[in-house]
Amino acid sequence: MWDYSEKVREHFYHPRNAGPLVDANAVGDVGSIKCGDALRLMLKVDPQSELIVDAHFQTFGCGSAIASSSALTEIVKGKTLDEALKVSNQEIADYLDGLPPEKMHCSVMGREALHAAVANFRGEVWNDDHSEGAMVCKCFAVDAVLIEKVIRDNKLSTVEQVTHYTKAGGGCSSCHEGVEEILAKVAQERCTAPAVAVQPPAAAVPPAKPRLTNFQRMRRIEEVVESIRPMLQRDHGDIEIVEVDGKNVYVNLKGACQGCMMEQATLSGIQAQLIDALGEFVQLLPAAMLGRPALAS
Amino acid sequence: MDPIYLDNNATTACDPEVVAAMLPFFTEQFGNPSSMHSFGNQVGLAIKDARQRVQALLGAEHDSEIVFTSCGTESDSTAILSALKAQPERNQIITTVVEHPAILTLCDSLEKDGVVVHRLGVDKKGRIDLDEYKSLLSPRTAIVSVMWANNETGTLFPVETMAEMAHGVGAMFHSDAVQAVGKVAIDLKQTQIDMLSLSGHKLHAPKGVGVLYVRRNTRFRPLLRGGHQERGRRAGTENSAAIVGLGVAAQLAVEHLAFENREVKRLRDRLEAGILPQVPCSFVTGDPGNRLPNTANIAFEYVEGEAILLLLNKQGIAASSGSACTSGSLEPSHVMRAMGIPYTAAHGTIRFSLSRYTSEAQIDRVIAAVPPIIAQLRQLSPYWGERGPVAGADGGFAPAYA
Repeated sequence: MWDYSEKVREHFYHPRNAGPLVDANAVGDVGSIKCGDALRLMLKVDPQSELIVDAHFQTFGCGSAIASSSALTEIVKGKTLDEALKVSNQEIADYLDGLPPEKMHCSVMGREALHAAVANFRGEVWNDDHSEGAMVCKCFAVDAVLIEKVIRDNKLSTVEQVTHYTKAGGGCSSCHEGVEEILAKVAQERCTAPAVAVQPPAAAVPPAKPRLTNFQRMRRIEEVVESIRPMLQRDHGDIEIVEVDGKNVYVNLKGACQGCMMEQATLSGIQAQLIDALGEFVQLLPAAMLGRPALAS
Repeated sequence: MDPIYLDNNATTACDPEVVAAMLPFFTEQFGNPSSMHSFGNQVGLAIKDARQRVQALLGAEHDSEIVFTSCGTESDSTAILSALKAQPERNQIITTVVEHPAILTLCDSLEKDGVVVHRLGVDKKGRIDLDEYKSLLSPRTAIVSVMWANNETGTLFPVETMAEMAHGVGAMFHSDAVQAVGKVAIDLKQTQIDMLSLSGHKLHAPKGVGVLYVRRNTRFRPLLRGGHQERGRRAGTENSAAIVGLGVAAQLAVEHLAFENREVKRLRDRLEAGILPQVPCSFVTGDPGNRLPNTANIAFEYVEGEAILLLLNKQGIAASSGSACTSGSLEPSHVMRAMGIPYTAAHGTIRFSLSRYTSEAQIDRVIAAVPPIIAQLRQLSPYWGERGPVAGADGGFAPAYA
């Protein structure tokens, strides 16, 4: 629940000057049903003195929007148009003993309706300079559009600077992530440095081993397998080389190694040692595969 | 005048039986359940008992599938982050646009880290399209997270079917069921749902305790690591008093399930039937034929929700609204916008959520209070004339900026 002042509640429960004003000669419409609040301010202005004789409002909106509208009509009654134009949104908020930060836009809407009504009376075209983004800093009611504009205009690059320029982030600091996102977005647009293409790290090239003759190569394979055999034999298993055909090394697992759960792990372990010793890729295959087309590698 | 609390989807009052069961755990039963001595042992047994009661409420096959957490949000975060971490080969999430922020904000954040998030849209009644869902499922889907029931409209989702479809591509399925538990029958062992979030304070247990159901054999990675509590799946000393309270609340929920679907539903229907004919330009949002028994979400066109709530509050009636002004953001509820509810109505949606404590006399007071409030606010509104909305509300009253 919002922390509304007693005055806001009072003006909401008992709004002053609500409803249409039949002989109004200055009407200001602002807001939209889409935004969730809209206000029609109706003034009766004495054409000679430009004195506001009466003021009414119709408002679609929350409690503080209705209270702000009510306060506005009370404030401007009896003022000349020029005096009324000097009424700031802060004055409307002060009249109500303050508004929650998220609700300050209700007082801004009141001031805009006033300007629109005066323009309507004087036959001018009124353009609003109203833009409102998502609320980023709730402590000081600063929205994303304002923060982005200030960052851009002043070339800001840190949250601290944004706080100095807009107050945003100067309170509870929970919006710092949001401020950083806006900073990053603007910085990215501002950055003119050529994009650096990320080079994939070069693959490590193993030092080329001297090329072995066929005989040396087979001897080397045999040495590796012989060095492993004692370990297999300890577990009541064994291995024998059946054939070496290019990169395919065909072996028979024997004894306990046959059908062992670890068969695949054993084979890939031996294969890794062979690759290491030979400096080239080889594939260890069961002898049963001999004569069949080699596995896709 | 007694206050009337119709905001039970936001939170509920603790049942007096729950409070009574909890009290000893603040005084004589203060031990740490992990301790060897008798101070701890008693607490450990009480937690075990609470776990079994929650198991019964959810229809879980094993009590070890119940993991106590601190809240629904923690359960949601744990489920989604666990699924991503346990399945590094999968990097996609499927969820809906009408989830609770506990899911949506997490997904937004994960998206920044490179996770692909698909958000299923809904139709005018808040229903999702299963064909669209099917087209999004892929071998890259890590987890699907869909709420059992929507918190604003009460609309129910076909989570059981969706869980089966998720398993079709090997993805996990999580449901944020904080609104549904205790209001609709849930029997998880008959489903393929892998994980489910529950929040204590939505079912008359205290705040600060929740549950993540994790089906046995679901690959799981804890969010909080540390001690061995909850079998290492959620470290941190157990909130024993609250867990005991949740156990009692779970049992009471089982006992009152039929009452919820008969009496509470009858009062909800009475409320709608009492208000709608008296207020022109008002309608029920969501899918009235397929929703929670306790939830009525009514849109009142051309008035703003916060103003309605303030006037209701003055008469001691508590409800909530999807209007922009009540949330602090400048947009009306994401659920209403997702359903394409026009702005003329979205700002004026009011959710009345009942509980088993709601009485018929209270409902009749609300029925009497609402129509004059709406009429009073419409009188103030520039969009409302003598006889109803001004011709083409946006045309008749067209302010200088939109």
